[in-house]
Amino acid sequence: MFVAIFGSVEQGIIYAIMALGVYLTFRVLDFPDLTVDGSFVTGGATAATMITLGYNPFIATLCALIAGFIAGSITGILHTKAKINALLAGILMMIALYSINLRIMGATSETSIGRPTIPLSNADTVFKSVAAFWQKLGIDDSINNMLRSMGVQMVPNTWGTIFIMIIVTIFIKFAADWFLKTEQGLAIRATGDNSKMIRSFSANTDTLIIIGLGISNALVALSGALIAQYSRFADIQTGTGMIVSGLASVIIGEAIFGTKSVARTTLAVVCGAVIYRIVIALALQIKLFDTGDLKVLTAIIVIIALVVPNLIEKRKEKKRRARRRMMRYQQLTSAKKDGEFIA
Amino acid sequence: MLKVKNVNKIFNEATADEKIALNDIDLLLAPGDFVTIIGSNGAGKSTLMSTISGALTPDIGDISINEKIVTKLPEYKRSKYIGRVFQDPMAGTAPNMTIEENLAIAYSRKKNRGLRNAINRRRKDFFIESLQMLGLNLESRLSAKVGLLSGGERQALSLLMATFTKPDILLLDEHTAALDPSRAEIITNLTKNLVAKDQLTTLMVTHNMQQALDLGNRLIMMDKGQIILEVGPDKKPYLTIDDLMSEFQRIRGEKMVSDRALLS
Repeated sequence: MFVAIFGSVEQGIIYAIMALGVYLTFRVLDFPDLTVDGSFVTGGATAATMITLGYNPFIATLCALIAGFIAGSITGILHTKAKINALLAGILMMIALYSINLRIMGATSETSIGRPTIPLSNADTVFKSVAAFWQKLGIDDSINNMLRSMGVQMVPNTWGTIFIMIIVTIFIKFAADWFLKTEQGLAIRATGDNSKMIRSFSANTDTLIIIGLGISNALVALSGALIAQYSRFADIQTGTGMIVSGLASVIIGEAIFGTKSVARTTLAVVCGAVIYRIVIALALQIKLFDTGDLKVLTAIIVIIALVVPNLIEKRKEKKRRARRRMMRYQQLTSAKKDGEFIA
Repeated sequence: MLKVKNVNKIFNEATADEKIALNDIDLLLAPGDFVTIIGSNGAGKSTLMSTISGALTPDIGDISINEKIVTKLPEYKRSKYIGRVFQDPMAGTAPNMTIEENLAIAYSRKKNRGLRNAINRRRKDFFIESLQMLGLNLESRLSAKVGLLSGGERQALSLLMATFTKPDILLLDEHTAALDPSRAEIITNLTKNLVAKDQLTTLMVTHNMQQALDLGNRLIMMDKGQIILEVGPDKKPYLTIDDLMSEFQRIRGEKMVSDRALLS
């Protein structure tokens, strides 16, 4: 149980980068971008292919990020320049990326034709390099000893991954906070908020949308590259429903932690991603469910996260109204009493 | 400063709905001119504004700002030179961003937006100083979201955002029409002060004849896509609503048909 949850926290922190990307399009730009299902795999495929071909895993991860940026920009160009509906532009790109991803991974096979899976079991990954460095620090033993003394039997192999991922993800969160406060960032936010207004202040909304989608999908691809290296394989199927789980993270986070400011919202999104993974892990612990049920569980979680806050709000409103009515009634009756008294 | 030369705009050309919105419009604004435009519905006032701002491209004719022809320049590039306030108080500001963020967006109008922090100490001081001119105490609510402000407050903020970078041309498109009379009056006075402060070259469309008489040094009356009357700085101070009504009747041979123009 502890290890299962530990694993989902580790994954959640990596997926949080993807959720930040989804937040950037869905919330900041108000653009429902479905490219994510494709660009997530593009990230994994690019990294896995380059690692298999012998490149340094850090360079491979960086290239995955760039590949995601390109994919997102193309969706942006399809929408702004070719005037294709936002949803459709994303779907078109997602479908196109399916074949492109097969081709990318095909670069590792001799025939160079499509390849649906690349195993990374013995390959170098960023996590392997980090683990080697981490081992030298010798922090694992002390933490695990502490846990054992607290009565936890099963302890994780390494704490390196989780620590490094927390640092990376928090760094990206702060970078996003900073970016959204710059002149460019404000213009991108205004594009999603009131595009007519920002055009009247000399900003090219087309360019801003293209840049925004590029950055968003760069983050998604980075997340995909890290997940591929974390789980030691890249697979063409891993992207299916990614957008929904990203959206689930955003909605859960916002519902729990609120959206008062940009920094608060990005923190909410990161936490939302971790919570989402824990919920999924716990649900899968129930014997009734199989991993194949993951997608329907995700859909249900999103529906709950969308509906419940509204219901709570409605109920609060009802209570408020009841209280107002009560006070009105009391005032009336006391006035009546006063009247009777005077009479 | 602003030159509108021989501009024509036809909607739905060669169909049954064909409408000549602008018919050979010529207009010249000297630096510091404040021109008010009146006219009944469908006279072409808003179309003229949109052609100048770049939202519409004229079929024939040219627009130039500072001796530079901008007819082909897209809206967002042209808005480097043009400040605009729309009729809808919601249109000029971003509701989910704070007052200072909105001001920062307006502040970067003439610059190339980069990766600098949009708000710094110096800019903040400037924003506070500018907001004080509005007299609405908005300077104490810098980090409040603009969506929380009332329509009048939002319109005052829009006006400030359009003017405080000293644009070459200021376009006001019935910017008080959606407000109640008392707020409309506040915005009207504010307009007078802000335009006078920086001697902005201004073009203002209004349905309100009194407002058209109170503000500006020149007045234009439009009808059916044409400018039918121009009153210069020498005569405008003595103009009355009755003068305008009878002028219209004399030129067009019919009574002016606009309920809103009559009522206001």
